[in-house]
Amino acid sequence: MTLPFAPWADPAAKPLIDLRNVTKRFGAFEAVKNLSLTIFEREFFAILGPSGCGKTTLMRMLAGFETPSEGEILLGEQDLVPIPPAKRPVNMMFQSYALFPHLNVEKNIAFGLKREGVAKGEIADRVTDIMRLVQLTDFARRKPDQLSGGQRQRVALARALVKRPRLLLLDEPLGALDKKLRQETQFELMNIQETLGTTFVIVTHDQEEAMTVSSRIAVMRAGELAQVATPTDLYEHPDSRFVADFIGEVTVLEGRVTNASRGGVGLAFIEGATDLRVITDDAPPAGTEAWLALRPEKVSIARARPDEADNALPGKVLDIAYLGNISTYHVELANGAVVKAQESNRQRADRRGITWEDDVWVSWEEDAGVLLLT
Amino acid sequence: MPGAVGATPMNRTLGQRILVTLPYLWLLVLFFAPFLIVLKISFSDLAVSRPPYTPQFDLSGGWAGIRDFFAELDFENYTFLAEDSLYINAYLSSLKIAAVSTVITLLIGYAIAYALARTPRRWRPTLVMLVILPFWTSFLIRVYAWIGILKTEGLLNQALLSIGLISEPLHIMNTTTAVYIGIVYSYLPFMILPIYATLEKMDESLLEAAADLGSSRLAAFCLVTLPLSLPGVIAGCFLVFIPAIGEFVIPDLLGGSETLMIGKTLWVEFFNNRDWPLASAVATLLLLLLIVPIVLFQRQQMKQEIGG
Repeated sequence: MTLPFAPWADPAAKPLIDLRNVTKRFGAFEAVKNLSLTIFEREFFAILGPSGCGKTTLMRMLAGFETPSEGEILLGEQDLVPIPPAKRPVNMMFQSYALFPHLNVEKNIAFGLKREGVAKGEIADRVTDIMRLVQLTDFARRKPDQLSGGQRQRVALARALVKRPRLLLLDEPLGALDKKLRQETQFELMNIQETLGTTFVIVTHDQEEAMTVSSRIAVMRAGELAQVATPTDLYEHPDSRFVADFIGEVTVLEGRVTNASRGGVGLAFIEGATDLRVITDDAPPAGTEAWLALRPEKVSIARARPDEADNALPGKVLDIAYLGNISTYHVELANGAVVKAQESNRQRADRRGITWEDDVWVSWEEDAGVLLLT
Repeated sequence: MPGAVGATPMNRTLGQRILVTLPYLWLLVLFFAPFLIVLKISFSDLAVSRPPYTPQFDLSGGWAGIRDFFAELDFENYTFLAEDSLYINAYLSSLKIAAVSTVITLLIGYAIAYALARTPRRWRPTLVMLVILPFWTSFLIRVYAWIGILKTEGLLNQALLSIGLISEPLHIMNTTTAVYIGIVYSYLPFMILPIYATLEKMDESLLEAAADLGSSRLAAFCLVTLPLSLPGVIAGCFLVFIPAIGEFVIPDLLGGSETLMIGKTLWVEFFNNRDWPLASAVATLLLLLLIVPIVLFQRQQMKQEIGG
């Protein structure tokens, strides 16, 4: 039996990258604030956040283009900070790809090896191998402006990978590609990463991309880490409203903790109505302000009150977002809050009953949502 | 034209053709026709008349007149140019002065263009303006001003003497050195601007990529910046080299008797000796001299584009 790949859960495991209390200031502006983070060998690590959250600065510090104002960055036992980018065993795939326009594909890829002083024969072999891996063999003599966006992206990847870096940084690697190509390329990237075993750190603002490719995701917000977790944990157990909202769709209901029992708490949500039941590991004391984060696919919608649901509330259909395979119903409750409920469209659209302005019940189990305190 | 009536694409083609024809008409009227006249005069003979050459084109003589006219044209002036070493030396000396000036202008111009492209974006328009600013004063006056700087009791010598760097004034005025100074000064903006244009639009992440792939700053410059700015360098060199070869004002004002340049020779033939046919032959040869490298350069460019 093989154990799942989870070095971050093993206290004995040594991290490949160790950021310790790293702060980066530009004038008075703190782009990265006292950030500590460990990344392990063979990880496909994603740094996710809205634009301006400091994720690019963090990546540029790993590449060596920015120096931290405070703190340490270790690669294994080695302090990376004083090492210039040219000497780091770290390579970067730029968002703009930054391919040299005057060199053909082959020479772009060989560029780094030549600087390193690798022997001619070995350069040729390594370039041939990497071109085969990223399926560029037929385009070896083309100049970058004679390539499609997807091909250029692969040249940029090959050019960084051929140096066999200990850490590969990818800055919004798929941002310039259209959606279909992006999805294909995501799986290609994962395959290449698994084949080579290189540690990848990807910076992206696209949560779907981060969820698909990575072993762990660090969600950043205003220069700080909001949460670092596996994609599943991040989705199912976000620890703040920011993360819950940033990853996927969510309904957040605000209330006050009433009583704790049966491994959960009650949440007073609508005055006069029954408290909502929420399962939570550490129940906060009664009276605490708290939020319930509910994923739309865990909420059911029905015309009549369901008999066995732990939580059920009446409301009116405000909006229906029809996506073909699924529909998201926006249901307005008595106190004006809107709950999203998702149903897969197993039946043809014309045979389903619920439509705009209908009175409906939304319901969910007590373990469906997450209780958040921030 | 068949199909021109009502057919929109055809109409557009017609409009496009007219648009393309315009520059050709311009060239025909303002370049090719005058050139033909100069070429014709270069085949003529010197005469004490007005205008000072013979034969003159006259349609009144009919076919026989035209035949006689062409019969009188010959290559005499060109033979003369080849025989008298003064002209060959003037051509060679002009080529040398233009080439050396171009190299010096390139070195200074590249440095300035590079510095411009590296300054913060908000300062660049002002600095580019400063590069262009000298054009607001007449070229002639600016070259004249150099006399005041370079002459024996001029500003430069006074300054150097007063700080004790030299004990005797330098003789720069009326030497070829003064001509170099004048050409480099006058044509520097023509070198700076095209190089700046290529450097300015260069993606800075290319240099970061070069550093990331293990290049030192010098290697990144030689392997990335320099090759990418080559079109600007070539354009700048042509913009300096071509007018510098035929330069007349600068050698006339700053140069001495030792400075031999074809532009000055041309002037002397035309205005002092009033030998229009010989002057025209000098001008025609100069044109050929300049056209050959340009055509070669364009061939090279085309090949590169096709070969890509």
